[in-house]
Amino acid sequence: MTELDPLYQAFRQIGEDPNAILTPETAYLVAYGHQVVGMQSVPGVIIIPEQTKQGIHARVTVLEGQQLVQPVHLCFSLFEKYGGQHIDLELTLQPGSRATFWSHCIFTLPEIARHSMNARVDIQDGAQLTYNEVHYHGVSGGIEVIPRAQVTVGPQGRYIADFTLVQGRVGLLDIDYDIKVQEDGIAELTSKVYGRDTDRIHIREAVSLDGANARGLIKSRVALDDEASAEITGATYGNAAGARGHVDCLEIVRGNAKASAIPEVRVTHPQAKVTHEAAIGSVDQMQLETLMARGLSPEEAVDRIILGMLG
Amino acid sequence: MLLETLELSLTLNGRAILRAINLRIAAREIHVLLGANGSGKSSLAWCLMGCGGYAPQAGEIRFDGDRIDHMPLHERARRGMALAWQEPARFEGLSVAQFLRAGAENADVVKALRAVGLAPDEYLSRSLDKTLSGGERKRIELAGMLTLQPRLAIFDEPTAGIDMLSLDDVMRVIETLRQNGSAVLLITHQETIAAQGDSASQLCGGRIVCQGKPDAVIANYKARSCRRCDGETCGYD
Repeated sequence: MTELDPLYQAFRQIGEDPNAILTPETAYLVAYGHQVVGMQSVPGVIIIPEQTKQGIHARVTVLEGQQLVQPVHLCFSLFEKYGGQHIDLELTLQPGSRATFWSHCIFTLPEIARHSMNARVDIQDGAQLTYNEVHYHGVSGGIEVIPRAQVTVGPQGRYIADFTLVQGRVGLLDIDYDIKVQEDGIAELTSKVYGRDTDRIHIREAVSLDGANARGLIKSRVALDDEASAEITGATYGNAAGARGHVDCLEIVRGNAKASAIPEVRVTHPQAKVTHEAAIGSVDQMQLETLMARGLSPEEAVDRIILGMLG
Repeated sequence: MLLETLELSLTLNGRAILRAINLRIAAREIHVLLGANGSGKSSLAWCLMGCGGYAPQAGEIRFDGDRIDHMPLHERARRGMALAWQEPARFEGLSVAQFLRAGAENADVVKALRAVGLAPDEYLSRSLDKTLSGGERKRIELAGMLTLQPRLAIFDEPTAGIDMLSLDDVMRVIETLRQNGSAVLLITHQETIAAQGDSASQLCGGRIVCQGKPDAVIANYKARSCRRCDGETCGYD
């Protein structure tokens, strides 16, 4: 049995093929709790992990002009009933580079655990980063996920981030991201979360459009059941000529769940424009009846609508 | 008789929307429903289908001889009724293929899309959301009827939002449904479409004021310059 076996097994349990993820051609970092159990750099990507008293510090650099064909995989897990994991991540995309990252956060086993991250992301001139973070939790509801990120998107840079937590109980999710976008840069953030039982969800994402013609989009899709609660804050600041931002929040609420959406839009330049839309409520009646008119039961129709929204 | 309503009446917020509607549609029959805006056509479709808030206060709806007016919408659908909406819903994240297969898992979705003039390669994986135009969603709605192949297909203004050149596509879908055994209740303003029916009714102020062959009902509809006249001035033929 190798150290990676628990991860391989976990990947198979969630329907992923680990052999297609951790290949000889892909860069990756694998950590269980505060232990680095696997790491591989490939040409164009340098990964330097370090175990510290506070957790794991990882410096990941995509070198100038490198356009990675294979995604970089970050696998963060805990395979004990109780535990914690703190990741301090410095991620740099040098000028003109392009990369896709997949962050697999697998916490299906722990009953009580805390996963926190402090990330500093520097997307330099003309670089493009797609960062997909997918969480897989168990049914305990005892997981706390506390991600923090400060992201700088340089001139003509592009940052596409997608956060998904729809499998298992959320527990507590407390996201706080700040993104600063320079001229002609783009930041698009999407979060999809499904809260059940007594799950608590706090998402705060703030995009400052500081450079001319900077673009920003914050999109939140949250479904809540039972006694779950969510507070979603999408903040966008238009601070330069031609800056365009949009905040789009959709929350479906069932049972005794509670949801709030707080769009914060501010413009400090007369040629900037920021818009927002938010919809909170039960499942759309028109959508529901359209599917029921095709023979789906109300429960089947609601599942189909929610899974589509979070898909 | 496949569908039969007996003195069907619907009141919403104190206002009579449908008044003693008697309608009969046989298997494989195409029945056209004509009427001005606000005459109660869509309300009748929703009432027949069992949509929320459209339960009749009086009268009966029978499908294949059984009373269905107390059944929920999805039970009526499972018995073989289906409704193509005037304004099709948008679904974020639900693909066209998933929609077409909802309630029809083994349907030939490629064939259905081609039948309504949409390229399957281009549309099957697309999300049924605001990136599709109203006309595209109407066509997908028509394709959805083909994948369901219901015993009674109710079309609420199937040509609304579709360009004139596409009227043939609409009629082809309706004719295909009939050939495969469906009856059709067709709500329309288009005379050319209405003329294709086997029978027709004219609705005015929530009443059926004229029933018969489509030509006669169309003529009555045009001659009376039907407006919101409460069904009294149209007269009964």
